[in-house]
Amino acid sequence: MTAYFGRRYMLSASHRLHCDGLTDDQNRAAYGKCNNPHGHGHNYIIEVVIGGPVSPETGMVINLVDLDAVVQTQVLNRFDLANLNLDPLFTAQVPTTENLCREIFRILLNALPADPPDLKLEYVRVEETENNFFQCFKL
Amino acid sequence: MIFLTRRATFSASHFYWNQSWSEEKNRQVFGRCSNRNGHGHNYTLEVTVAGDPDPVTGFVVDLKWLKDVMEREVLSAWDHRHLNHEISEFATTMPTCENIAIAAWRRLEPAIIAANGARLATIRVYETPEIFAEFRGLQEQVFDPGAQHRGEA
Repeated sequence: MTAYFGRRYMLSASHRLHCDGLTDDQNRAAYGKCNNPHGHGHNYIIEVVIGGPVSPETGMVINLVDLDAVVQTQVLNRFDLANLNLDPLFTAQVPTTENLCREIFRILLNALPADPPDLKLEYVRVEETENNFFQCFKL
Repeated sequence: MIFLTRRATFSASHFYWNQSWSEEKNRQVFGRCSNRNGHGHNYTLEVTVAGDPDPVTGFVVDLKWLKDVMEREVLSAWDHRHLNHEISEFATTMPTCENIAIAAWRRLEPAIIAANGARLATIRVYETPEIFAEFRGLQEQVFDPGAQHRGEA
């Protein structure tokens, strides 16, 4: 029987929205105060939802300890207390939260535990503030 | 199609223990959740139904009715109880968030089907604000908020 397990994590990071292909005026027009030269930070909430069969032995889709380990090593260790603009993932693309959400989806898609089998990454949701969030269901 | 969600809370205790495993394996897999005297949570139950608004009332379902159904079928049975010791669904099934969501679905679906209006779409159970599980039924229907907009539904 398929069910979904969800877990919310927090990471704090800074970013500056700036596209090298645009002029300063165009950047200012596109990104407003998010284009301020020294960047700014957020406490991002990362919500990860995994679908799969409920194990009759454990009652679980995935043991949260195993999910925590993957998210900690692959996502939080990489982005928590970091400047997103300096991460190689964001040299060729602007670290908007849309792009962060998609990159975290991509990272977790390749890092889900092989056991139990049949796990599916249902979605990744990134909340930038209490009032805006982004969800990625597939690449 | 509108998805309408009603939220309620209940408090209960539970622990994880697989009778067919050794104490050591239970400890290894379930950690502190296997402490035999149990521990408790303030659970949040979110019930989502799907349907079109009634042309007269504008309701998908009457929220007061849904509140009463949740109270009668789930909360009155589970609130301030020990799930392992007192709730029949969990006599032999582990009271994880996943199984609590499935059990809530089974309790709620007959009343919602009998009302002949909206269908039950999703049950989401939060164990803490950071941990939750969701069940969408055996004949799971697409619950992708963007699918219809993208022409995939």
